[in-house]
Amino acid sequence: MLNYVLRRIALLVPTIIGISICAFAFVRVLPGDPILAMSGQHGVTPERYEILREQFGYNLPIWQQYFNYLWGVMQGDFGISLATKRPVINEFMTLFPATMELAFVALLFAVIIGIPAGIFAAIKRGSWFDQITMGVALTGYSMPIFWWGLLLIIFFSGYLGWTPVSGRIALTFFLKPITGFMLIDTLLHGNWPAFVSALRHLILPAIVLGTIPLAVIARQTRSAMLEVLGEDYVRTARAKGMSPNRVINVHALRNALIPVVTTIGLQVGLLLGGAILTETIFTWPGIGKWMIDSISKRDYVVVQSGLLIIALIVMSVNLIVDLLYALINPRIRVQ
Amino acid sequence: MATSNTSANAPASGLREFWFYFSVNRGAVIGLTVFAILVFVAIFAPLIAPYAPDVQFRDALLRPPIWDANADPRFILGTDPVGRDMLSRLIHGARYSLFIGFFVVVGALIVGVVLGVLAGYFRGWVDVLIMRIMDIILAFPPLLLALVLVAILGPGLFNAMIAIALVLQPHFARLVRAAVMAEKSREYVTAAKLSGAGHLRLMMVTILPNCLGPLIVQATLSFSNAILEAAALGFLGMGAQPPTPEWGTMLASAREFILKAPWVVTFPGLAILITVLAINLIGDGLRDALDPKLKRS
Repeated sequence: MLNYVLRRIALLVPTIIGISICAFAFVRVLPGDPILAMSGQHGVTPERYEILREQFGYNLPIWQQYFNYLWGVMQGDFGISLATKRPVINEFMTLFPATMELAFVALLFAVIIGIPAGIFAAIKRGSWFDQITMGVALTGYSMPIFWWGLLLIIFFSGYLGWTPVSGRIALTFFLKPITGFMLIDTLLHGNWPAFVSALRHLILPAIVLGTIPLAVIARQTRSAMLEVLGEDYVRTARAKGMSPNRVINVHALRNALIPVVTTIGLQVGLLLGGAILTETIFTWPGIGKWMIDSISKRDYVVVQSGLLIIALIVMSVNLIVDLLYALINPRIRVQ
Repeated sequence: MATSNTSANAPASGLREFWFYFSVNRGAVIGLTVFAILVFVAIFAPLIAPYAPDVQFRDALLRPPIWDANADPRFILGTDPVGRDMLSRLIHGARYSLFIGFFVVVGALIVGVVLGVLAGYFRGWVDVLIMRIMDIILAFPPLLLALVLVAILGPGLFNAMIAIALVLQPHFARLVRAAVMAEKSREYVTAAKLSGAGHLRLMMVTILPNCLGPLIVQATLSFSNAILEAAALGFLGMGAQPPTPEWGTMLASAREFILKAPWVVTFPGLAILITVLAINLIGDGLRDALDPKLKRS
């Protein structure tokens, strides 16, 4: 197993280098000049321009700029945001918990509904429940989530007035961040009304972001379950006279859930992509909104480092999923 | 005589067999019907639409759809904030979405198939190089990568399509590579090689047609993905630019009116959903019909 882990990690090294080159190169070919973007509308004198160029290392040859950047990244220095003049990594750290919280609740929503729905659909294959569930799942899978978010706002915020339209918590609450996760922080402060407010802010964005993963998980659970239910050992268990519940819970479910776990892990990239749209619609202060704002503001440093960090997160999660899969399924390890 | 007869009939019976399995799936047939209607609407948009998509009726701004008391009978689905007929814009929007889907799939398919075949056929450093590049592309969330690419190329529909094609293409490359690797060691390939077929012929004529099934399914999935991503880019202001009647772009410019005039938001999104759903239904049907493992005998 250790051998397999090391081999997988070694395989990632060229990909990581490639990602860093891409992130670095993308930003160099973006139209516009970073110094001019930084200096805003007032512009800079030619002398000052040269000083700034030197200060930020833009006068060096391109490969040297790249290695300086890489060297900085390895020491945790992801550069300084052109727009806010704060270190990119600090900005990331303050915004990331918001996205994590949103993505986690979205995934929880998807798993809690998706897995049971998939299981029942498989057990009752061909029934009206199966047909409706799979119809809804395919609709969810086809959903333009930015529109879905707007619809939910129209109905729940506009028509019923149940939920707020934007942000993470009502502006009347001032809480010192502890973990950065609003739901946890409000509880740690023992502030119940604040917790309720945070929850009400979170619920619609989480549903929107969780919709496609929910559909994917429900479909995957159903097909994995159907496959397992057709296996010989399930028939044997039935033939031995086991109760249908025991056959499903003990024999079928455990094996069916292996591919589902992988599917859940692979939703993380999707969630980070979906966060861009969801956070834009609900003005959720997370990394998705941060990235799109930085792209439109032409904040090169943030785009470059943000791309790099996000890609590294997606890759790490995929690696963990692969390793977990190998742990459960020994056949993968020997290839 | 008998042999020539069977070979002449083979494609027809293949098609008939395909249709047999495809039409078992009721959803797939519904999807295909809806898709056919959409294609018809897109092709004949100028003839079907009551008005041109960009003509503004200054006397009828933000009129609700026909079933509302304040409706203007001229506009079945109401008008947008500058008095353009929603229905006409939606009908013309079908052209954009279907064209985007088609262009992106063809682009991604060609690039992905070439790269995948090269990687799977030659293996070695060609394979390593191509697949590592695909890994890099796949490490970024697709929408984020497309956004950055569009920022580089400049916002606009054409650039958005190129960006989306680039982002979707690794899926084709991976699929084709795996299929080619599986087929390469089969006897018919060795036989073709022994009879003197060159690399190009082996790759494109001998092997590739036998990898078509999964490719068609992937192409259908990418078609709907492309439409969704293009609409998302349009929604974020990086795709088609106003006043283009592209559905995502229409949603973006209608956003501020969501509480005042819900219909300007509802209809374009519904159009996207129906189109994508129809294509995904077809995709499910194709998968059932083309994947021999799932065929119920």
